[in-house]
Amino acid sequence: MSESLDLRLALAETELENPVLPYLRQDRIPHIWCPGCGIGSVVTSFAEAVRRSKLDRDKIAVVSGIGCTGRVAGYVDFDSMHTTHGRAIPVATGLHLANPDLKVVVFSGDGDLTGIGGNHFIHAARRNMNLTVICVNNFTYGMTGGQVTPTTPSGANASTTPYGNYEYPFSLPFLADAAGATYIARWTSLHSRNVTQSIEEALKHKGFSFVEVISPCTTLYLRRNRLGDGVDTLQYYQDNSILKHGADTRETAIDFQGKMLVGKFVERQKPTYLDAVNATCAKLIGDDYQLYGKTPPEKEAEKKAAAKGKKKAAK
Amino acid sequence: MSAEDNAKKGKGTVFVRMEVCKGCSYCIDFCPTHALDFSKEFNQKGYHFPVLNRAEDCTGCDLCGLFCPDFAIFGARWKDLDEKRQQAASQVEP
Repeated sequence: MSESLDLRLALAETELENPVLPYLRQDRIPHIWCPGCGIGSVVTSFAEAVRRSKLDRDKIAVVSGIGCTGRVAGYVDFDSMHTTHGRAIPVATGLHLANPDLKVVVFSGDGDLTGIGGNHFIHAARRNMNLTVICVNNFTYGMTGGQVTPTTPSGANASTTPYGNYEYPFSLPFLADAAGATYIARWTSLHSRNVTQSIEEALKHKGFSFVEVISPCTTLYLRRNRLGDGVDTLQYYQDNSILKHGADTRETAIDFQGKMLVGKFVERQKPTYLDAVNATCAKLIGDDYQLYGKTPPEKEAEKKAAAKGKKKAAK
Repeated sequence: MSAEDNAKKGKGTVFVRMEVCKGCSYCIDFCPTHALDFSKEFNQKGYHFPVLNRAEDCTGCDLCGLFCPDFAIFGARWKDLDEKRQQAASQVEP
């Protein structure tokens, strides 16, 4: 009896680990994020989405820029790259074009993606580059001291606008939609299960997929604006987020402490950048052109289709 | 914390890695059955970590694990745990 109990305890200690831990570099945990920061929840959702999507772990690359969310690339146990400020998307584009079999995920913050790297963001969306972009939006530059970002709502206090922000903010889903992204969803860090589902869909989606996750910054944004702590903010998300799938992205602007629309706004199919390159080159060169960047199953399917076509022609 | 200490009071239980907890209280405030409380003790960094004070209320829904920003807590149902253990035990003893 005692032996079996010992065995059970030994098993319990080995198997009962947090389901997220296999996806993290455990020697780097505990992380540097503040108590109540929402980025950790998003990483949990991302790990769960990767587990559910059953993608090969060696075929995923995580790229991030600078900032609090930029630390994600250092904490997740995938092939990852920590790039210069704002340049996560160019590096990810290069990775994707050099090795089209890779599933490249860009994990970065609002200041990094749409402030410093706003130009890269809109052009990757315009080209419909096959990337998954996860933007953790906390309305501020967290790591550098709470400066105003392009998404800070009008009237909010930041360290560079101590009397209130007088600029008009970006609405990221509208920006991505106008630039041509083909999958756009927005959630808050409270909607963990929806974030998981959206990231899973985004990983499967072909084209530029953009998931915005609104998350609390307890130390800078909330403290400067006297909005309480992380629990108060999650409560605010629960009370003020309105679920509206397929909403017109023009309605998705967020006012200071106002209502916010969440949901999956856009999902459409469009030729990706590599598809367009292939189509143009095939038109120029003709049958000798070998398609670039097709995954092996796609290539096999095309070969089969071509063989069938030849047989039919022979008959 | 050993899972056996709770003697299977509720439908599930939680596992806490107290040394990485930062005391943000998400798990405690958003627990659907309010089964968790802050501990009286501190961890190494000086934070109060969550403890399962009302084990009979815990359903093992893992909402705490989803919200936890520090990967410090997760919940599991006894049913799933027992299945896993039986599988593991059958692998150990052929």
